[in-house]
Amino acid sequence: MLDVSELQTVEHDVVIIGAGGAGLRAAIECSAHGLDTAIVCKSLLGKAHTVMAEGGMAAALRNTDERDNWAVHFRDTMRGSKFLGTWRMAELHAKQAPERVKELEDWGAVFDRTQSGLINQRNFGGHRFPRLAHVGDRTGLELIRTLQDHGVHQGFEVYMECKALNLLQEGNAVGGVLCLWKDSGRFMRIKCKAVILATGGGGKMWRVTSNSWEYTGDGAAMAYEAGGELMDIEFTQFHPTGMVWPPSVRGTLVTEGVRGEGGHLRNSDGERFMFRYIPDRFASETADTEEEAARWLAGDKEARRPPELLTRDVVARAIYNEVKAGRGSPHGGAFLDIASNRPPDYIQRKLPSMYHQFKELAEVDITKDAMEVGPTLHYFMGGIRVDADSQEATGVPGLFACGECSAGLHGANRLGGNSLSDLIVFGKLAGDGAAAYVKGLGAGPSVADEDVAAAVRNATAPLNRTDGENPFALHDELCEIMGEHVGIYRTEEGLGAGLDKLVGWREKIKNTKAHASSQYNAGWHEALDLQSMAIVSEAVAMAAKERQESRGAHSRADYELEDKEHWGKRNLIISRGDDGQMELRHYERPAPPEHLAKVAFASVEELDAMVASGEVQV
Amino acid sequence: MGKRSFKIWRGNAEGGEFHTYETEITEGMVVLDAIHQIQAESANDLAVRWNCKAGKCGSCGCEVNGKPKLSCMTRMNSLPEEGDVVIQPIKTFPVIKDLVCDVSYNYVRNKQIPPFAPREREADGTHRMEQRDVDRIQEFRKCIECFLCMDVCHVLRDHEKKDDFVGPRWMIRLASLEMHPLDIVDRIPLIREKFGSGWCNITRCCTEVCPEHINITDNGIIPLKERVVDRFYDPIAMLKRKLFGDKSNKRLPVVEVGDSSASG
Amino acid sequence: MSSSDTVLPGGHVVGLGETRRPDKWWVGPLLTVSFIGVAIGYGTIAMLMGNHYWVGAEGHGFGGYLSPLYSPVLMFDASAAGAAPASHAWFGAFPEWYPSLLPKSPAFLILLFPGAFRFTCYYYRKAYYRSFGFAPPGCAVEGVRRGKYEGETKLFLFQNLHRYAMYFAVIFNIILTYDAVMSFFRDGALGIGVGSVVLTINATLLAFYTFGCHSFRHLIGGRANCFTCDGKETLSSKAWSFGTFFNQRHMQIAWVSLAWVMFTDLYVRMVSMGIWTDFNTWGEAATKTVGL
Repeated sequence: MLDVSELQTVEHDVVIIGAGGAGLRAAIECSAHGLDTAIVCKSLLGKAHTVMAEGGMAAALRNTDERDNWAVHFRDTMRGSKFLGTWRMAELHAKQAPERVKELEDWGAVFDRTQSGLINQRNFGGHRFPRLAHVGDRTGLELIRTLQDHGVHQGFEVYMECKALNLLQEGNAVGGVLCLWKDSGRFMRIKCKAVILATGGGGKMWRVTSNSWEYTGDGAAMAYEAGGELMDIEFTQFHPTGMVWPPSVRGTLVTEGVRGEGGHLRNSDGERFMFRYIPDRFASETADTEEEAARWLAGDKEARRPPELLTRDVVARAIYNEVKAGRGSPHGGAFLDIASNRPPDYIQRKLPSMYHQFKELAEVDITKDAMEVGPTLHYFMGGIRVDADSQEATGVPGLFACGECSAGLHGANRLGGNSLSDLIVFGKLAGDGAAAYVKGLGAGPSVADEDVAAAVRNATAPLNRTDGENPFALHDELCEIMGEHVGIYRTEEGLGAGLDKLVGWREKIKNTKAHASSQYNAGWHEALDLQSMAIVSEAVAMAAKERQESRGAHSRADYELEDKEHWGKRNLIISRGDDGQMELRHYERPAPPEHLAKVAFASVEELDAMVASGEVQV
Repeated sequence: MGKRSFKIWRGNAEGGEFHTYETEITEGMVVLDAIHQIQAESANDLAVRWNCKAGKCGSCGCEVNGKPKLSCMTRMNSLPEEGDVVIQPIKTFPVIKDLVCDVSYNYVRNKQIPPFAPREREADGTHRMEQRDVDRIQEFRKCIECFLCMDVCHVLRDHEKKDDFVGPRWMIRLASLEMHPLDIVDRIPLIREKFGSGWCNITRCCTEVCPEHINITDNGIIPLKERVVDRFYDPIAMLKRKLFGDKSNKRLPVVEVGDSSASG
Repeated sequence: MSSSDTVLPGGHVVGLGETRRPDKWWVGPLLTVSFIGVAIGYGTIAMLMGNHYWVGAEGHGFGGYLSPLYSPVLMFDASAAGAAPASHAWFGAFPEWYPSLLPKSPAFLILLFPGAFRFTCYYYRKAYYRSFGFAPPGCAVEGVRRGKYEGETKLFLFQNLHRYAMYFAVIFNIILTYDAVMSFFRDGALGIGVGSVVLTINATLLAFYTFGCHSFRHLIGGRANCFTCDGKETLSSKAWSFGTFFNQRHMQIAWVSLAWVMFTDLYVRMVSMGIWTDFNTWGEAATKTVGL
């Protein structure tokens, strides 16, 4: 049988899984603490999903509107999260984001500038002031390239095209990672004292998604199997504007920056329908006439924001409902029109990649015609439950998580622009947390060889079967189930039926078959990714069924209202029970810290007064 | 649109051959969709690198009908209607399997470039740069590292001068650092010697294939060549520097980073 | 093309002209070769002729048309048909010691300078490296001397002195602009003829060609890393933007200006020879050439 001592084995202090913004930022921090650090990533360095982020990163730099400060950003984030976010994380995020952004500039990032030469900031949904530091519509590329080019000189190792399969443990403590090299099909065992998960979300369980193939929920699945907890996993964000045509690019992201730069949403009657969908909570801060919205766009600081810039959950549901009501565009979306509000050269300068994306993929010239857009699965608010300050996963010593795969900051709904700042703020904190943990630890845990051998056997099983299921077909089937039962609107009945189907589906993936060649074998990798998706899809459906209300990104057709008293006070937590079955429990949220509660629950005027009087320090 | 026939190169570093596949093409499909369809239907183990499928990550570069392309941004209806669609891996880098190449050369070269080093922040803790100053380097920073320019560059592709010439992608990376208003490192001697600016004969194929439409030659490489001329070939400029001193506040890189491999 | 059978992993065939491009990639290089061939051919003949490069009022007085291939007239042969008046020749007639083997043409003395400017031009380099040097003949088309290529590191190091050719080009631009102004006068009288327009367009195109030169763009501003770091937009920043505008059109201007120079010479030559009639405001008598 397998001799574990023959496996390629390397040793590091910390291993970071994932090389997106969060993973790279964490690696830079670990190196700065003097740890022997390595990154493991499924793709080449610099290709992670972060490159897809377009609009910008939110930080209260006060470069374009000096009324902004951390308290306003914090309040926006908590309200956007429908008060389900972790208070402390939202506070850390709002306070630390500006310095993290400026630090990027020291590392070579080149943001768009204001008239006075500072980092420019743009408007985005849910943010009271223009707050998003940006580079045209390719901010994510700028972030990842900056971290990558800075990172390669910090001395950490990068294992590219290498898939992390399992966390290796002694007892509960993390002591290593088993990895698979894609190019050779060989395994590698990494011995380490701490692991930081930065694997992103799991959008690939849906067909219409803005996510890349890597987004298969690996981190959440690994943490779950290691004994960690998943929180808020029912909150899957549908971005309101994905491409709807042609079919092969259905779901590809259309940046919120289009609306931030003045794009209007219209239905087939030509009506600017968002005015009909303004929720009470935001009514006092949102324009109610086209005239006022136009004034806001022209720079009138007294005017309120156009309803297109309401939070993503609201806009996504509005488009969905317009299409359902028969007022959709020819291919089943809404019209997003920037051509009639901005001159062509402005559009090309501010939204160059949107211009090319539509020109080349849909043969639409967005400086002349409206785009057709519809909701697309975009982001996991939920994920691995972590400590707010150290980012250590609950229940698993030595395991840390940051970025999209962790939970807490965004609660029930994420604001656009808060994800890139999330990556750099909590990537750094995870690095700090891991460094503190490793320094406090003596020798690292030692992992039993049998555990490693078992993990290798599990991974090679699809190659050894003579007959079995086509992994690509099974992936398709999963997308079918999730799209039908765990979509933008959910019901008790639908979710129940979905869960039943998932049980049957899980049986099939135990019997996947991949071609025998081990080198760069796409079918094999797909079969392994399905194992992660199996865990996460079940968790999402289970939590979604449990939460009997509509809140943020979680919309229940059978419970259309927010339930402040009951559900507003609890997060759902999923973990593996002693019997190996998935278990769900309610976490009763403690009362928020007073100094934060008074900021978050204040009206705009009250907050401004508190800041002016010095009651809130900014 | 009906069925189309594809000739896809399959094999590894030892060799291989073209295999023919047929698949159904529907409206709006791109070449990568066709490859995926073939992979799912009849070639589960077909190796192809891809990520975002929206022209933003630069993973899926290959040669479609002999031309370097991003397969995710090449619409089927942009190809000639007659004949097979020929798909090959990029030529400049060694094949690992099928359409996937070993691009580790790029990571090694990137590491050799002395990193960005900014001047001090201003008193209020910020850096100030005008938009018109950053426009120039933002063009280079659009690069998605698809390496199509490296594929089509004949210095690397046909003459295999990878030790002498760094290639277009890294020339514009150097340009983005050299022209950065905040940067204080002088990389001009390295650009001439280690990175081999003289090997480029500015035949512009890199610019022609760039999916981000970066004007690599006119805005990146030629200005660097001109800066090398200032320093090493222009007798008057050299004399002037000798007589009146060098007014630039740039300094040579402190440590030259070694050639350690970035990939395992 | 080549019959080499070596196929690399990846399915690429080794050998001159090998490619899997099904399109007519060779059309571009072929056009370049033809066009440059015609230009060099015409230019050489026009230069060797040594005559009919001037149109003026009986060959004297202030004003007239001077072919750009012959400007400035450093030394001249007064006996040639259609020669410029003696006052135009900077150094008078060809001296005794002028080697008899060399053509006694004013054009011969000067064409080296614009020739060098074009030859070392960053755009023309692309054109002839590709179409004459096959390095490479086309994008993703294999060229010659596999592995023996040296780029601009050895033999072609002189290309680095392009800016010096540019300095001379600027002088020529000034002279040709003067010639264009002169073309609006005939025997001291202000007027206009088709030739005036032809010469003015010529001077303009050649100026545009210089403004778009990569070395020019570098030297007037591109060498700076920061245009506005002192808080205000510098002159060099404006100059750089100006150069950039023409630089982006350098290829088109390169070809059009080259063709127009040849055409301008042809026009002056034909009028000078009496074959074409120059429509102008001065009347028939003013377009006589000496020695006809």
